[in-house]
Amino acid sequence: MPQVNGRFVPDMKSPRTPDNEEPAAERACDFRPVDKGFTKEMALAEAERCMDCKKPFCVDGCPVNINIPKFIEKIREEKFGEALDIIREDSMLPAICGRVCPQENQCEGKCIRGKKGDPVAIGQLERFLGDQPELASKPKMAPKNGKKVAVVGSGPSGITCAGELARNGFDVTVFEAFFTGGGVLVYGIPEFRLPKAVVKREIDGLEEMGVKFEYNSVVGRITDAEELFAEGYDAIYIATGAGLPKFLNVPGENLPNVFFANEYLTRVNLMKANRFPEYDTPTKHGKNVVVFGGGNVAMDAVRTAKRLGAERAIIAYRRTEDEMPARRAELHHAKAEGVEVMPLVAPLEFVKGEDGAVCAVRVQKMELGEPDASGRRRPVPIEGAVEEIPCDVAISAIGTNANPFAKMIGDIKLNKWGYIIADEDGRTSDPRIWAGGDIVTGAATVILAMGAGKTAAASITRTLVG
Amino acid sequence: MYKILEKTQFSEKVFKFRIEAPRMAQHAHAGQFLMVRANETGERVPFTLAGWNADEGWVEFIFMVIGKTTEMLSTYNEGDSIKDVTGPLGVPTEMADGPCAVIGGGVGLAIAYPVARHLVETGHEVHAIMGARTKDLLLLEEQFRELLPDDHIHITTDDGSYGEKGVVTAPLERLLQEKAVTQVFCVGPVPMMKFSALTAEKYNTPITASLNPIMVDGTGMCGCCRVEVDGQTKFACVDGPDFDATKVDWNDLRARQAAYLTEEGQSLKAYEEANCACHR
Repeated sequence: MPQVNGRFVPDMKSPRTPDNEEPAAERACDFRPVDKGFTKEMALAEAERCMDCKKPFCVDGCPVNINIPKFIEKIREEKFGEALDIIREDSMLPAICGRVCPQENQCEGKCIRGKKGDPVAIGQLERFLGDQPELASKPKMAPKNGKKVAVVGSGPSGITCAGELARNGFDVTVFEAFFTGGGVLVYGIPEFRLPKAVVKREIDGLEEMGVKFEYNSVVGRITDAEELFAEGYDAIYIATGAGLPKFLNVPGENLPNVFFANEYLTRVNLMKANRFPEYDTPTKHGKNVVVFGGGNVAMDAVRTAKRLGAERAIIAYRRTEDEMPARRAELHHAKAEGVEVMPLVAPLEFVKGEDGAVCAVRVQKMELGEPDASGRRRPVPIEGAVEEIPCDVAISAIGTNANPFAKMIGDIKLNKWGYIIADEDGRTSDPRIWAGGDIVTGAATVILAMGAGKTAAASITRTLVG
Repeated sequence: MYKILEKTQFSEKVFKFRIEAPRMAQHAHAGQFLMVRANETGERVPFTLAGWNADEGWVEFIFMVIGKTTEMLSTYNEGDSIKDVTGPLGVPTEMADGPCAVIGGGVGLAIAYPVARHLVETGHEVHAIMGARTKDLLLLEEQFRELLPDDHIHITTDDGSYGEKGVVTAPLERLLQEKAVTQVFCVGPVPMMKFSALTAEKYNTPITASLNPIMVDGTGMCGCCRVEVDGQTKFACVDGPDFDATKVDWNDLRARQAAYLTEEGQSLKAYEEANCACHR
């Protein structure tokens, strides 16, 4: 490690270490992980690029303020276990967040190296550590405090909260609607971006810590808050996720082979429809697939379509690539895999074919006008510019509305969109109930959901055990 | 795992499972459904609750063998376990006061029965209209007869092999003409529900249909089960499964129900080839 007067000198010459990707043409044919992650050599080389800033902007850019320069320093020293411990002070899920965080808008977006070149590959370094969980110190477990907490939902927010509470001595039970744990991490995010084994490792880790899981349990139906309190639970954390897909509200949206991304992705990710008929759940293998949306879910859907054999897989977005909310890496991967980006179009109508299913989608061409409230230039229709795109599968990935079970769990206040009202500690209008993640914020990121789970766990601990 | 406590066979292809599920049994209501995944590689299939007992901790569902999952389930026996059962899901059936007609067609009778029982228990006068293609496919006659007086049971078969020859709309129309009922509940094949709705509408009588589209998650997340009701898209799993039958877009429902017929046939064929004695 180069040093001058005992102080580390960063490597200012080497370019950012490129991602360790599988070749695009090969990987687009199956569901193997696209990014193999950094090797030790790659991680060590990349760690040299960090300037160890006195005022690290990257830390401000991180929603949970991980001490990034510190863990990178430990990587340089090859003390990977200590590096991982530093991350785990703030984030329970480095293997997951390293893969799915939009780093370019967070830590890496603030990295000084990015001003005159490429930022340090912080996400890759985080993932490098997260993938070696055996190196972390065993979490210190507080003695059992005799209090019981129910966590509703086993997505990133729920499992983080459960883990923190278990460590603080609580008896924790997680109620999950599906037959397996992980929530959006297993039904939403595809295997090629987040291997299910990585999620399972986190769930297994919680079970080892004594967290109990009740699967197939939709709280609000099979039980509710009052019953759980009567059974001796002292607090409830609600992390049910966002929920219902938003509609495009155009004619033909309910035709066969028009999907919401949630259904399209769940069939493959959770139910393994790509392995039909070995697995019983089928899906549609479209040859021409159009996906509406510009976020990560749209990218996941279109890349899944490609892997299911689509010859033409299109991302149709009403603005341009620059405005797409998707992670840059996903857009880049999608394009490398042969996905076509069709900017500045909005769906007008799904057209019914002879077989009764969708055969085309009519789109309105748009142009960018004045900036709107979000600061992005508003797309406006170009009069008379209508086009028909042939397709045998169409997918809508334009976001979600609030989960309808929120109101059935307990008597807590919701806002006008149906999301749970919670303060900065995650407290709801019922002093025994906390909530966090997408059911409070609306669809957001894994790291924010995780952060909310951690904050709520701290608040529950302060409230119940002081 | 969910243990099968009891297996009952009603006909060659119709079975009832009683499943150990104490928490579910405590919260079950008429009109709700379960999502069942038979084994690790299984699909998620909705089955309407046919019965439950909170004290004994079980729930029941009735199924007819029509595809791979139901064919495989029919080979399960008492003591075997089903991998996953989620429920109760969906909004319970609500009916206003006053005499009701409950129409069940085919395997829909399995859903109509608990609704009829619930209505009787909540003080309604109930007429059951039981429809089937043929005598052998008429389900739960004994149970309906235990529940209702004989003159409140109206049976039709398509081929006339039992009861009156024809379809359920004939006795429905009579009941409506006589003003014997003030509201109708129906469940069964799409054409049956559609024509029941048209009949009830003719007499300005409210009619509720329990819809059965394909579902994947069953909790409102995926939207596979969407149906058009009164020009609006609704999710059968969380907004239903009961809807105003006069407002349902039946063609839309039928098209979406049929979306996977080819794959379902393929799946059944693969299963039968792997399990039939001549291929072993």
